[in-house]
Amino acid sequence: MSATTQTSSRFQQGLSRLLQSRVAEVLSYPHGVDRYLEVFNPVWSATEVRARVEAVQHLTADSVTLTLKPNANWEGFVPGQFVQLTVSINGKLHTRCYSPANSLHRKDGTIELTAKAHADGFVSRYLREGVRIGDVVTLSQAGGEFALPELRPERVLLISGGSGITPVMSMLRTLCDEGFKGDITFLHYANRAEDMIYAGEVAEIAKRFDNVTVLRAFADEQDGGELSGLFSSEHLFNSVPGFAQATTFLCGPPPMMAAVEKVWEEQGISDRLHKEQFTLATAVVDDSESAEGEVRFARSETLVTNDGNNLLEQAEAAGLTPESGCRMGICYSCTCKKTAGKVRDLRTGEISSGDEEDIQLCVSVPVGTVTLDI
Amino acid sequence: MSIYSTLTPEQFDAIGQELDAIRNREIADLGEKDEKYIRNLIKRQRQLEVAGRGLLFAGFLPPAWLAGVACLSAAKILDNMEIGHNVMHGQYDWMGDKEINSRKFDWDNTCTNTAWKHTHNFEHHTFTNVLDKDHDIGYGILRMSEDQEWEPRFILNPILAVILSTFFQHFVAVQSLKLEDYLIYKTKTKEELKAEFKPTWKKMRKQLVKDYLLFPALAGPFFPFVFAGNVAANLARNLWSSQVIFNGHFPEEVEQFPESVLEDESRGHWYVRQMLGSANFEGGRLMHIMSGNLSFQIEHHLFPDIPAHRYAALSPEVKAICEKYGLPYNTGSFMKQSLSVWKRIFKMALPGKAKPSDKGLRGKVVALMGESQSDSRKAA
Repeated sequence: MSATTQTSSRFQQGLSRLLQSRVAEVLSYPHGVDRYLEVFNPVWSATEVRARVEAVQHLTADSVTLTLKPNANWEGFVPGQFVQLTVSINGKLHTRCYSPANSLHRKDGTIELTAKAHADGFVSRYLREGVRIGDVVTLSQAGGEFALPELRPERVLLISGGSGITPVMSMLRTLCDEGFKGDITFLHYANRAEDMIYAGEVAEIAKRFDNVTVLRAFADEQDGGELSGLFSSEHLFNSVPGFAQATTFLCGPPPMMAAVEKVWEEQGISDRLHKEQFTLATAVVDDSESAEGEVRFARSETLVTNDGNNLLEQAEAAGLTPESGCRMGICYSCTCKKTAGKVRDLRTGEISSGDEEDIQLCVSVPVGTVTLDI
Repeated sequence: MSIYSTLTPEQFDAIGQELDAIRNREIADLGEKDEKYIRNLIKRQRQLEVAGRGLLFAGFLPPAWLAGVACLSAAKILDNMEIGHNVMHGQYDWMGDKEINSRKFDWDNTCTNTAWKHTHNFEHHTFTNVLDKDHDIGYGILRMSEDQEWEPRFILNPILAVILSTFFQHFVAVQSLKLEDYLIYKTKTKEELKAEFKPTWKKMRKQLVKDYLLFPALAGPFFPFVFAGNVAANLARNLWSSQVIFNGHFPEEVEQFPESVLEDESRGHWYVRQMLGSANFEGGRLMHIMSGNLSFQIEHHLFPDIPAHRYAALSPEVKAICEKYGLPYNTGSFMKQSLSVWKRIFKMALPGKAKPSDKGLRGKVVALMGESQSDSRKAA
C-alpha cells in the first residue's frame, strides 16, 4: 500500500468517525448526517451503501448486467452471497435480491449484478430498460449462507439454471483468478444457447483452464450443448464422474433445484450440497370477495383467520391495540409494515403488491394471507 | 341558516362521490413527478439550511447575518410546512422511502412526530372545527368561537394570540398535553402532565441545544451572533406558520360545528364540514410553497394525504363543486384573510352573543358544555 492511499484511508476513517459522532448527530438533528451529505452527492452517506452505475450491458436479449461502484461503506462479499438492491421506479422504491457475479479479486472495487428481465419481473424489466449510467442505487451489505468456504474445497461442482448462474459465476471467476488447482465442473441449464448469460466467458474459461469442465444443456435445443434437455440424474452419472465427492453449489429455478436435491438425498450426501433459491414460488392471489387465508401478527405472535374486515378491526378483535386514529384513512396513525401478502385498499379497490411495504390498517382488507409487523 | 343544514342527504352523497372520484384519480396518478418534487424540495431546503448556518458564522458582518437569518428562516419554514407537515400527513408514504414517510419523518421543530400526528392528523383533521373535539380552535389558549364559553382570561385574547404566535413551535409541541386541563379546568393531575411531557421535553431539549448552544458555541467568539440569528430564524418561522395556519380556519366566515354533527356522519357530511371549516388565500407559486400549500387549506382538508403540490391544480374543480351545490369557497388575499382572523381574535375577547341563525346548533353546544365540559375535553 502506498503512502498516499494510507493517508487517504486514514482520512476516510477519521471522517467517517466524525460523521457518526454525537456532535454531528446533534448538529444535524432531527434529520441525521446522511440527509445533508446526500444533498451534495447522492452517493455520500455515513452509514448506507450507495452505488453509482458505471456500466450497463446486455449480454443476452433479455438480461442486463450492471457494473456498480459502491461507496466506502461497502464491506465486500463472499462469492455466492446476495445483496438487496433498491431502485426507485415511478416514484416508488422497490427492493430485490441479486447475487454479485464478479470475482472477489476484481481490482476496481466495482460489483457486477446481472438480472434476467422476466415478462412479469417488474423490477428486472426496469433494470433492463430504465437504468442509466450515472444513476445511484442503494444496496444492503452482502448476506446469505450460500457462499464459497474460506477454505476452498478440493473439488467443486457448480450447477445453475437460467439467471441462477450469477452466484456460481462469481465462484467460478474467483477460483480461476486464485489459480485454484482442483477440479471444477460447471453444469448449466438454459432454454436456448442464446439465452445463456456469460456464455462467451464460460467457454473462454473452459479453454484456458484445464481443470475446468463446462457442461451446457439447453432445454429447447437437442445439440446446442455438451448435454441436452432438462436436468436429469443421467447427466450426473454419465458426465460428472465423482460428483458425489465434490462440494456442490446449486442455484436455479425451483423445479430444477428440487430435481437436483432429490439425487443428493438418494445418494445420502445432502451435506455436500449448498443451495440458493433465487425465486420464491409465487403466492396465489385471491381476487374474490370472500375472505380467505390468515392474518399473521408477527411481532405479537398472534394468528387469526381472515374474516374480511379491515386489518385494524381484525387486529383489535384479536386483542391487539395498534395505534389508531381516524379510522377512515386520513390520519396515518395506524400505518404499519406489512411483511408479506396482499391487501385491498377499501377506498380505491386497488390490490397492493405482495412486497414488504407500509399500509394503513383501517382501510386495508387482506387478500389471502397477510403478515403484519405488529 | 348554514348551508350544512339545508343540503339533502342525496346532495351530501353526491358531493362525497364527486370528491372521492377526484381523490381516486389523483392517488392513481401518483408517481415520479411527486417523487421528483419532494426530493428536489428537500434538497433545496437542506441547501438553504447549510447556507444559512454557514452565513451566520460570519454573522459579525451585518449583511452575512441578515442573509443567514433569511436562509435559515426559509429553511425552517420549508422544513416545517411544505416538507414536514405534508410528509407527516402520509402524502409520500406510497414511495416506500424509509426517510420520507409519516412514521419516521421528524422536523426541525420542538413538536414530536407522534404528538403532532395525534393532535393534528387525527384530532384536527378528523374533527375539523368541531367544538371541544378540534383542539386547534384556539389551542386551549384563545377563544375563537362564539360557541366557546367566555371566560375572564379571554379578555387577553389578542395578547395571548401574539404570545401563541411568537412561541408557536413550543405551543404546538405541548398542544397534545392540553395544558389548560391542568392549569384552568383542573381535570389533569401534575403527575399525568409530567409523564406526558417527557417525550416532548426530550425533543425540545435537543432542538434548544442545537439552535441555542451547539451552533453558537461552534462560532466561538461569535456566539452571540449565531445565537441571535437562530432566535430570529425560529421567530420568523413561528410568526409565519402561525399566521398561515390561523388563516386556514379562523377567518370570520369559517364555520364551527357542535359535537352532534359527528353522530353517524357520512363521508359526504365530512367533506362538506371540511369545506365549510376551511379557508384559502391567494398568492403566487412561492407563496404557496412557503405556506406548505396551506393557502389551499380547503383542498388540503378534503385530501390531506394527497401531495400538496397538486392542490393548485385541483382547486378549480373543488371550486366548481362548491358552486354547483351552493357551498361557499372561502378565499381572498393573504392580507384580507389575516385581517379577518385578527378581527375575530379581538371580537372573541368580549363575551359575545351567537348569531341568531345558529341558535339551533348553539343550543345543543351550550347544553353539552354545561353538562360535561370536562368529560368531553378528556375524550378529545
